[in-house]
Amino acid sequence: MSVWNRSLRIVTSLAVFVALLLSVACSPKGSGTNSGPIQLSGTGATFPNPLYQKWVSEYGKLHSNIKIDYQSQGSGAGIKQIKEQTVDFGASDAPMKDEDLKSAPGELLHIPTVLGAVVITYNLAAVTQQLQFSPEVIADIYLGKIKKWNDPKIAADNSGAKLPASDITVVHRSEGSGTSAVFTDYLSKISPEWKEKVGAGPSPSWPVGIGGKGNEGVTGQVKNTPNTIGYVELAYAVQNKLPVALVKNSSGSFVEPSIDSVTAAAAADAGNTPDDLRVSITNAPGANVYPISSYTYILIYKNQKDATKGKALVDFLWWGIHDGQSFAKPLLYATLPADIVKRAEAKLDSITAAGVKLH
Amino acid sequence: MSATSPDKIVIPGKHSDWRRVLSPTGNTGDAIFRGLMFLVGLLMVSVVIAMVIALASDSMMSIRQFGFGFLKSRHWNPIKGEFGALPFIYGTIVSSLIALLISVPFSLGIAVFLVEQAPHYVARPIGFLVELLAAIPSVVYGVWGIFVLAPFLRVYIEPPIATVLGWLPLFQGTITGIGLLTGGIILAIMITPIISAVVRDVLAAVPGSQREAALALGATKWEMIRVVLVNGAPGIAGAVILGLGRALGETMAVTMVIGNRPEISLSLFAPSYTIASAIANEFTEATTDLYLSALVELGLILFLVTFVVNGIARVLVWNVTRKTGGVGRAA
Repeated sequence: MSVWNRSLRIVTSLAVFVALLLSVACSPKGSGTNSGPIQLSGTGATFPNPLYQKWVSEYGKLHSNIKIDYQSQGSGAGIKQIKEQTVDFGASDAPMKDEDLKSAPGELLHIPTVLGAVVITYNLAAVTQQLQFSPEVIADIYLGKIKKWNDPKIAADNSGAKLPASDITVVHRSEGSGTSAVFTDYLSKISPEWKEKVGAGPSPSWPVGIGGKGNEGVTGQVKNTPNTIGYVELAYAVQNKLPVALVKNSSGSFVEPSIDSVTAAAAADAGNTPDDLRVSITNAPGANVYPISSYTYILIYKNQKDATKGKALVDFLWWGIHDGQSFAKPLLYATLPADIVKRAEAKLDSITAAGVKLH
Repeated sequence: MSATSPDKIVIPGKHSDWRRVLSPTGNTGDAIFRGLMFLVGLLMVSVVIAMVIALASDSMMSIRQFGFGFLKSRHWNPIKGEFGALPFIYGTIVSSLIALLISVPFSLGIAVFLVEQAPHYVARPIGFLVELLAAIPSVVYGVWGIFVLAPFLRVYIEPPIATVLGWLPLFQGTITGIGLLTGGIILAIMITPIISAVVRDVLAAVPGSQREAALALGATKWEMIRVVLVNGAPGIAGAVILGLGRALGETMAVTMVIGNRPEISLSLFAPSYTIASAIANEFTEATTDLYLSALVELGLILFLVTFVVNGIARVLVWNVTRKTGGVGRAA
């Protein structure tokens, strides 16, 4: 064996060793460096993710020194990580629960950003007209009490529709999701039986039906299986041109889900919105209100640790609830009503760092 | 001769230092290499141990709360804080068994065809295509499952099965194309390339003399292939274990077609749920600590199920190997 070969081998093994060391050493470095651009990180709800990504890129164009990173890991992750203070802001579809707020290390504010809605979609080849549902009928279908499409209760709201005598296949979300939370929150409000047997939450124990993964999974199963009923986000239903049902609101009129009927729901309920803006606007009063609507929130500490980062974050959110709203409609989110923008402004104004106001 | 004192004799590569300890020949390169490989091996073992410790400690809350009841309970209701793993364990094991039941005969057939029957110009492209199946991302299988496989099963396969075998509880209930059977079939397609590729290599390793001997004794081609299969039995069993491992842990494709319902139903048409899908589905919105802990415990259970299944399979393989002394080792 020549010396050359041997040294080559030694060099190779050393190279492998160095490569291994490097892969260990290259772990992520701590964030929040004072020099260079200001880095903000957030995590949470998947529902507003397309809008937040748009905001991040548009805001980045205006302020090149601020870099914002939003990861859509789900509302649960958003709440968890803001409580653990591993991110600068969290995001959640449903407002945080009292016990979660209490166990957080500081006072958390809820800043509403936009609104969404949950729509009922279905697959009935013979039915050409748009179906209409009363709240109790939706609850009974999802409770498994209405089993056939030609049930008199469904027919009562849809005179003239050729409803088949076949079994209803119920489809719901399989994974925990804000969409399910809003839907079950609505069902709990309009059906005492639902409230008692199932309750409201991101992953309830569904009495009947099959689970589809994500909006696309539910859509796929509704589209491909005859005689199904499912629920998806408004934006998703519009983009995919799904048949969408009208739902009877608390004023007794059947309303089609749309950006306007969702904003109307928020405006109608603005008077009842509590001080901390944590509110469920399902089943809101008003004639032109779509009843299965909801806010989505950004979660932020009232007392910011770092004044520079805190100011950047407050400025970004201020921009979001004003200029940022113009990006909502093209992406099929409903914009905040004017009253709520005012109240969110007051929340942002109250944010401080070391006792000094940031805005 | 006597002029040379012993301490001046130079034996090439003789070192009394660390090189000696690490390498019998005292070669520096060998010593470094051996040390390095030892570290790499150790790293893998420590990763496994660290994972078990992390899973166990994070699921402590759930273990304390539910104890063994977690394994026996059929109730999974996050809103009410009730968590039971039995439906997930059932779904995981049954869907994997369906997958094996379908996949193993196909895989053996493919391997036998490729090694014993097909001419070279056919075997190469077919072998390549089968292995290509293993490279398709599982989410693609899932989407294909929703849009092609499930409607196909609903219209052409499940209704005839229900008419002929509907008296069995296995094939009753509403036919939606989504359920345990569809999950098993998707898994079968996914593990077939793995099993058949390994079996092919195992059969190719059976010495040609075995075949010649069988043929020389007047065996037909079929009898000769049986000899080859018996010789390769331990290796084939190893291939099946590999496939089973993949089936137990598969997540995305299964969750898209299995219906995701934590319920134990005898019918293969009914929706079901697997451990891996449950973790993937519910982790993002698991807001309470107990919920999160229960999901981690599910992960721990999947780890144990895989461990036990692998252990059983290895004992089986070991038994067969001792009896037949065939070629091919458990992978």
